[in-house]
Formats: sequence, structure tokens, C-alpha cells
Amino acid sequence: MSPSFRQRLFVFFLVTPALIILLGVVVYPFVYNVIISLSNMNLRHIRDWEIVGFRNYVKVFTEPSQPDFYVIFIKTVVWTVVNLFFHVVLGVFLALVLNQKEIRGKGIFRTILVLPWAVPQLIVALTWRGMFNYEYGSINQLLTKAGLPAVEWLRGPTEAFIAAIITNVWLGFPFMMVIALGALQSIPHDLYEAAEIDGASWHHKLRAITIPLIKPVMVPAITLGTIWTFNNLNIIWLVSNAGEPSDNTHILVSFVYKAAFNFYRYGYGAALSMIIFFILLAFSWVFMRRTKATEAVY
Amino acid sequence: MSKSMLKKYLRVTASYAVLILFCIISIYPVSQVLTVSLRPADRLLSTSLEIIPENATLSNYTNLFVKTDFLLWMWNSLLITSCVTLTGVLLAATAGYGFSRYKFIGKKAAMQSMLVTQMFPATMLLLPMYIMLVNLGLINSYLGIMVMYSATALPFCVWQMKGFYDTIPSSLEEAGRIDGCSQFQTFYKIVLPLAAPALVITALFSFMSSWTEYVVAAQILQDTALWTLPIGLKSFESNMSTEWGLYGAASMLVTVPVVVLFLALSRYLVSGLTLGSVKG
Repeated sequence: MSPSFRQRLFVFFLVTPALIILLGVVVYPFVYNVIISLSNMNLRHIRDWEIVGFRNYVKVFTEPSQPDFYVIFIKTVVWTVVNLFFHVVLGVFLALVLNQKEIRGKGIFRTILVLPWAVPQLIVALTWRGMFNYEYGSINQLLTKAGLPAVEWLRGPTEAFIAAIITNVWLGFPFMMVIALGALQSIPHDLYEAAEIDGASWHHKLRAITIPLIKPVMVPAITLGTIWTFNNLNIIWLVSNAGEPSDNTHILVSFVYKAAFNFYRYGYGAALSMIIFFILLAFSWVFMRRTKATEAVY
Repeated sequence: MSKSMLKKYLRVTASYAVLILFCIISIYPVSQVLTVSLRPADRLLSTSLEIIPENATLSNYTNLFVKTDFLLWMWNSLLITSCVTLTGVLLAATAGYGFSRYKFIGKKAAMQSMLVTQMFPATMLLLPMYIMLVNLGLINSYLGIMVMYSATALPFCVWQMKGFYDTIPSSLEEAGRIDGCSQFQTFYKIVLPLAAPALVITALFSFMSSWTEYVVAAQILQDTALWTLPIGLKSFESNMSTEWGLYGAASMLVTVPVVVLFLALSRYLVSGLTLGSVKG
């Protein structure tokens, strides 16, 4: 065997198993999803379905459902932006605080602050749901102890949505903190020393050194975070108990999950999945291109 | 004390205050679960805020083992999770290396499509897979759920491993080749040991994502004999009366191993993540 043939054989054995599995469990279902989205498949037509064209896609945008697509879309954007804002601001802020050279016990603080990320999302969601309980939940007890009125967290549409956001902010900031901390540690110290000699103030150093230097690491993390948050079915579904009160607490993914598995609208659900996917694809493409974040990837 | 000393003193004090405040916020919900799990049955709906409740008892834990199928759920979860993690790590360790070191036709397209799968909403694969499993009569099977979990975890694992291999200088392998190692030997004797942190992180994420996954399992595993821990846990929580004691005890037992593992490995998190998924 010639060396180049042996090398090709080696690569083939390295890569093929994963690619075959991905073809079977990702590509094939994806293609099947496209077909379902163009069909009239539902509980009554699970085997004798037929292709009906783009009817399901039209339905997503025009069907006067309660709540309708546009309302949920706006809620999803609010959900994503608010969550990401707090994740990044809190994460970077805590990383900056923790990274000061005078702070002792960094390891302990870091370990404790990473805790919300380590706890399984299911348990996070159900526990916070318990904490938001009107009568027995500890949030309202803390509020009343502080002399504030108790809030009907899980019964009002806005309150339930806020409750889900609080839960998700809690579990999401450690990821950004860990990423920011890693980035901060790679900034050479002499940069700050030079700036100090020039008499730079702290916000000057933040703007001129810290932010530009952690940006290349933060931008992909933010992109990934946006995608994960936009698609985070767990928290909204479990905190609001499947969209309660009366389907007012949905983001797009929880709405499509409900359409597919509670109302058995397979064609419609598949079409809506495709639309969510294209929204995210467009977002990532534009965002990554603007910030030129993945230049060194291939 | 000079003015700059005072400023520094204030800054450090404020920093500690902020850190301690956020530590309390991080710990509080977890301490709630612990409290609930230790409450005696007649005080489950207590409104007290103390962490170790009055008359603390372990009866919720014993009830969990005696009165519910907790051990069965744990067995199911362990079986499914270990299969998914092993497959994920094995395939990602090899494929990631291939993607990192060699050029071949379709490489760029394959890498990009793996990144694109991260944008799939959960239903994108769940719905077609569910219908396929129904048609094949594979609903309510370990195989069905394992396939689902691998589909979601594998692309991320491959990316992460590829990103890590990229940071290992290839001069090491060239040295190995000169010393007479075959390609496979350089891979598993030189590169793989160096990639241990990334392997550990990849395994951890794979493990965590399937150990506590609920929404997919709820559709695919409807037979109570196949229930995993998350479905069992959720069953304690119902609208009419939540069995908070059992829920708390089960949550502790599900969470503690994961948290310990996660925190023990957290020093690898920075390198694993910034080099792997994020930079790549």
C-alpha cells in the first residue's frame, strides 16, 4: 500500500462512522421534516398523507390562532434579548470582579457561582416554579417580609413570563461568566500596566483594552447563547407548565411543541419548525458576518 | 490612610459584597430543594424560610426507594446515558481528529452542516423521528431515545473535539512519525492523551444533556417501565397535589452527582469551552 492510500484509508475510518450516524439521525429526519411540512399529515392522516404544497407555511403566517404567530414571535425576541442582556452583563461583570488581583478565594467563589449552570435544567425549572407559588413559594415570602405585596407569579400572563425569564437568567449567567473569565485571563498584564503609567482611568481601560480583547471570544459565545435561548424549550415549558395561563406564555419552540404533540398538527408543526430554523440561520449568518467571528474556523 | 489606599479598600470591600450576594443567589434555590427533601410529611407546605427544617427527617428518601420506582428510573437513565455518552465521545474523538488534521472532499460542508444543526429547534428532529418511530413500532424503546439523544449531542461533540485538536501542534505527530509510529499510533499514543481535558468535557456535556432531558423523553418513553429519572421526577409534580417531599429527595439524588462531577471538572471548562465550541 502506498503511504497516500494508507492515509486516505485512515481518514476514512476516522470520519466515516460519525458521518454515517449523522446522516441517519440528523440528515434523514431533517429531509423527512421538510416532507412533513409540505404534507397534510396529522393524527387522522398519519399513514395516508399527501403532499399539499406550502399550505402549512401560509397557515403559520395567516391563521388567526390564539395567540397568533406574530405575538409569539415578538415574545420570543423579547425573551431572547432580555435573557442574553442579563447573561452577558452579569457574566462579564462578575468575571471582572472575580478577576481582580486583590480577591482571595477565587476558586471557591467561582465554584459557587458556576452552580446554577451545573444544576439540571429540569430541576431548576420545577424548583423555581415551586418558589414562585403564590402561598408557599419563598419568593413571595421574601417579598412580604420586605414589606412588598405578594405577586401572583404563575397566574398572570405577564407575571408568568417574567417568572420564566428570571429562572432563565439565573441559570444562564455562569456560562458567560466562565467564558469571560477565560478571555480575561488571556489578556497580558503589561497592557494594563502601560495604560496605568499613561494615567488611564478604569472605564478607559475597560473600553480600550478589556472589551476589544474579550470580544473575539464573547461574540461566538453570544451567538451560541442566542441560539440556545431562542430554542430553550425546557424552561418556558416547565416553569409555565405548558404555556399556562391559557397559552399566554409561549415562545416559538414551546408553541410548536404544543402544536405537534398536544394537538397532533404534524404538517403545521414541521412547517413552523422550518421557519424557526430559518430565522436562526439568517440571524447567525448576519451576526457572524458582521462581527467576522469565525474567520479562523476552517 | 492615603486617598488611593482608601479607594482601593472600598473597591475590594464592594467586590466581596457583590460576590457574596451572587453566591447567595446561586445557592438559594438549591438549598430550597434540600429543605423540602428534609421536611417531615406534615410540614411540607410550611412557610418557614429556614434551610434545615424543624424535625428534619430522611423519610422522604426512604419512601423514594420503598414506595416509588426510583431505582428502575435510575437504571433506565444510567443505561441510556452511558450508551449515548460512550458513542458520542468515541465518534467525536475520531471524527474530530479527522476534521482537524486532514483535508478531504466535503469537509467544509460537513463542518458547516454540523454547526447548522445547533439552530434546529427541538421539534425539528423530534417530530420526524417520532413519526418514524411510531411507523416502525419503536416508540417506547431504549433505541429510539438513544438515537434521539445522539442526534442532538453528536454534532456539538465533534465540533468541540475538532476545536481542541486544532490547538495541539502537529509537530508532535511529525516527531512521532519519524520515530516510526504509524498514523494510528501517533493518534492514540500522542494526541489522544493530550486531548484528555477535551474528552472529559465532551463526555460531561453529553452525559448532562441526556441525564436530565425531559421533553424528548416525555414523547418517546410513554411506558412507565421505561421511564427515566426526569419523567419520574416530573410525575411527582402535578397540578392538584405536588409530592414535594418525594420531589425534593429525588431532585437531590439526581442533582448531587451531576453537580459534584461538574464542579470537580470545572477547571477544564475554560480551556475546553473557549478552545472548542466557542472559538470553533
